[in-house]
Amino acid sequence: MDFESIIEALPDLVDGMWVTLTLTSTTVVLGLFLAIPLAMARASGPAWLNAPIFAYTFFFRGTPLLVQLYLIYYGSGQFRGALESIGLWWFFRDPWNCALLTFTLSTTAYVTEIIRGAILAVPTGQREAAKAYGMSPWMRMRMVILPQSFSYAIPTYTNEVVFQLQATALVSLITIQDITGAATVRANRTFDHYELYLTAAVFYLVLVYLLLFGLKQVERRLTRHMIVTS
Amino acid sequence: MTILTETVDYPDRVDAHPVVLSVEDIHKSFGSLEVLKGISLEAHKGDVISILGSSGSGKSTFLRCLNLLEIPGTGVVNLNGETVFSSSNSTYSTNRDRSRTAKLRSRMPMVFQGFNLWSHMTILENVVAAPTRVLGRPRTEAEGMAMSVLARVGIAEKRDAYPAQLSGGQQQRVAIARALAMEPSVILFDEPTSALDPELVGEVLQVMRTLADDHVTMLVVTHEMKFARDVSTRVMFLHQGRVEEEGTPEEVFENPQSERCREFLSTSNH
Repeated sequence: MDFESIIEALPDLVDGMWVTLTLTSTTVVLGLFLAIPLAMARASGPAWLNAPIFAYTFFFRGTPLLVQLYLIYYGSGQFRGALESIGLWWFFRDPWNCALLTFTLSTTAYVTEIIRGAILAVPTGQREAAKAYGMSPWMRMRMVILPQSFSYAIPTYTNEVVFQLQATALVSLITIQDITGAATVRANRTFDHYELYLTAAVFYLVLVYLLLFGLKQVERRLTRHMIVTS
Repeated sequence: MTILTETVDYPDRVDAHPVVLSVEDIHKSFGSLEVLKGISLEAHKGDVISILGSSGSGKSTFLRCLNLLEIPGTGVVNLNGETVFSSSNSTYSTNRDRSRTAKLRSRMPMVFQGFNLWSHMTILENVVAAPTRVLGRPRTEAEGMAMSVLARVGIAEKRDAYPAQLSGGQQQRVAIARALAMEPSVILFDEPTSALDPELVGEVLQVMRTLADDHVTMLVVTHEMKFARDVSTRVMFLHQGRVEEEGTPEEVFENPQSERCREFLSTSNH
């Protein structure tokens, strides 16, 4: 084991870590905000709205993330002319934007289905009580159904966030130097593949540990009403 | 429109009290199955009307039609002289005037068999939610009201607990408090003690008795014969979607006219 190589690589890996974290957090936050209205529409919206949303979530859950990333990053190059004419080429020429777009679309698809399932898991009696006390459909959703669905969704949602963190490693394939990208660049130079990828793995482990710890606190908060103390 | 149930002279009843709820000729079908075949009812202020019947007789469906958890096929529901539902008037049957309907509906809240307290809210929040959000009461006023109704059902000390931390009987008492906080015109009870362990039934019935003493108007679908007999001002017996027998508890329990009702009363232990 070449410890010197690891120590020399650390500054690059730390830089990469910020890239990974920025990409993950932006994606996860955007995904959550987009997924909530989509899930509401999927769970209790009209059929004409439900079908296209399902088509979308099916596509993004049914194809490999790497294929989606290549499709958007390399695929958009083929439409350069068209994209230039509508003034969008600047967006697609940047791998960072392509990665952000792909990951957001993908995680939104998964989270939409997670929250949709959780909304449907809220017992009928809870909705009925809200109805019987005169709450409007929107009020029922906001006051009763969504808050309860979050407590059902949070364990699965935690998994999705962890998955998303690891999925960002794919951006190293489109020239972005995240943790994996930084390790790859150095490994290609020094041939210390074992040391560098092991260090990269440790970085991910630490991040995932912190993430799990943080989301556990959120879960405690969201599910405290389910704990029977007496 | 069919005329209301034949007027009968009830000696005990103060007919001078205003009519709170009047229901005319409610019909309801699920697919081809006609569950309610024309039920009418008139409740004066302070009435406690027990609705009896074997399962499948339509008694719960009838109750659910009153605050539109089920939309009746035809019929009219009036609360304090205002129309909540009318099949002959499209404004009400198509729910176009939703917010008004919602407000009226909130004046006849329901106490459910399964309690249905909002599980993610504390006891206090459960009682405060609808008065603040639906009736638009100021928070402090609603909290004061909540504490007084919680005290009335004897459970004020649990204000910060969550429903899951309470026994079934306690949860149902909170559900009654939640209904009381709406300053209801009528409270609908849908088999309020059927989901309770036998030893918890008493505390809920006790609370309901005190409400009856305070002249809270109540419609109670129940299997508690003793309660129906002792507390009701009137008793309705439903069979196959029709009112088979109706009258004062004495009339219905001591001298039932219909064969069905006699059978029902003889098989239920009271």
